[in-house]
Amino acid sequence: MLDINPGLIIWTIITFALLVVVLGKFAWKPLLQALQSREQEIADSLKKAEEAKKDAERMMQENKIAMEQASTETARLIAEGRAMAEQLKNDIVAKANESAKKMLDQAKDEISREKDSAMAQLRSEVAELSISVAEKILDESLDNAKQKKMVDNVLQQLQKN
Amino acid sequence: MFSWIVFSDKNVGHTAVDTTHAVVDTVTQVGAEHGGKENLFTQLLHHIYDGPELELPFLGHVHLPHFELLGINMSITKHVVFLWFAAIILVVALSIVARKNLKNKVPRGFGNLVEVFVMFVRDEIVIPNMGKRGLKYLPYLLTNFFFILVMNLLGLFPYGASATANVSVTAGLAIIAFLMIQISAIRAQGFGHYLAHLTGGVHWALWPIMIPIEVLGLFTKPFALCIRLFANMTGGHIVILALIGLIFVFQTIAVALISVAFALGIYMLELFVAFLQAYIFTMLTSLFMGLGMQTESHGSEHGHGH
Repeated sequence: MLDINPGLIIWTIITFALLVVVLGKFAWKPLLQALQSREQEIADSLKKAEEAKKDAERMMQENKIAMEQASTETARLIAEGRAMAEQLKNDIVAKANESAKKMLDQAKDEISREKDSAMAQLRSEVAELSISVAEKILDESLDNAKQKKMVDNVLQQLQKN
Repeated sequence: MFSWIVFSDKNVGHTAVDTTHAVVDTVTQVGAEHGGKENLFTQLLHHIYDGPELELPFLGHVHLPHFELLGINMSITKHVVFLWFAAIILVVALSIVARKNLKNKVPRGFGNLVEVFVMFVRDEIVIPNMGKRGLKYLPYLLTNFFFILVMNLLGLFPYGASATANVSVTAGLAIIAFLMIQISAIRAQGFGHYLAHLTGGVHWALWPIMIPIEVLGLFTKPFALCIRLFANMTGGHIVILALIGLIFVFQTIAVALISVAFALGIYMLELFVAFLQAYIFTMLTSLFMGLGMQTESHGSEHGHGH
């Protein structure tokens, strides 16, 4: 059983040597090449994925910052707008008040002026009317001095009333 | 006991072998009655021995050519045929797989299986034992692994034979392993360092003792490889044959229940051993090559394993 057969040893060595050469060319080279290229591809893909993840994270961070900025900006704008509106409102109200007051004053002035002039006119009218009435009544019997005294008396009575 | 020697004897011709068979067959039939158990086992064991004829289904026994070259018997024996059969299977299957794997980005089925083994040899055997520079010996170690594996597995088929159950075949493989171990060591450390290594780094006065020990150490490693593979592959077959033989020894079909069940168990064990031994042979070759390739290694790890 432990008999050594030199022919078989030689056949084994020849077969093995040929097999190494043939398999080396037709099997191991393409197999290992396929394996290596795939491993390379996987490594590259993983690296790319890692990079993409980092990019995404960075972009998310950026977006977050931009959003925060936008929201503060919005708040600021709203506050500003509100303040401006308040100001505007106050201004308008003040202006309106002022103009109203002015108009009121003007109206008051006008009224008083009108009143005064009406008063004066009335006075002169009344005086003339009284004179003419008195003239008619007295039928021009009285002199001017007496007339004046009588008018004054009438006026004084009018003022008292 | 060793009547198989008759087969390897070139003087025995065609007819003589046939006659032997006829005799053995009849002896087996009546052998047990006459206490001819020796003939029974001889008959059964002849399945694992090398011989000048092939047993084929439907065709019966086919005789193989016998020839000599420079006085060496270079006959094409059963194991040579299975050697070539394994080689052809490997070349055909692996070149197809390789071409397919190169085309497909994701290998499927058999291509994937082959790739698992290739990756195993590369990442679990070569790189841990020899490092990155061992990768240039990867084609040798891959061929070693697959060739041994296929030869081991061929013995598990009906009409098949394990060429690795022949000590001459494992010796051939071990000689190649021996050459590869020396070549890788010389290439890695240079011839001077390689020779210096053989002195074991001791005082020159001890060299007459040290050098023979170191040189012997170079041969024991591949010798162990040779015997380990041969014995493992032969052992399983013998156990199965012995279990089946029990049926004929006891001359009762009832034994078959136990025999066949046990033989099936051993068969499965052999299936495992076929893979295991291919792995061990390749792993140890790679380990020895890796040890020899360590350039700055003198002294401590000089134990040389075996």
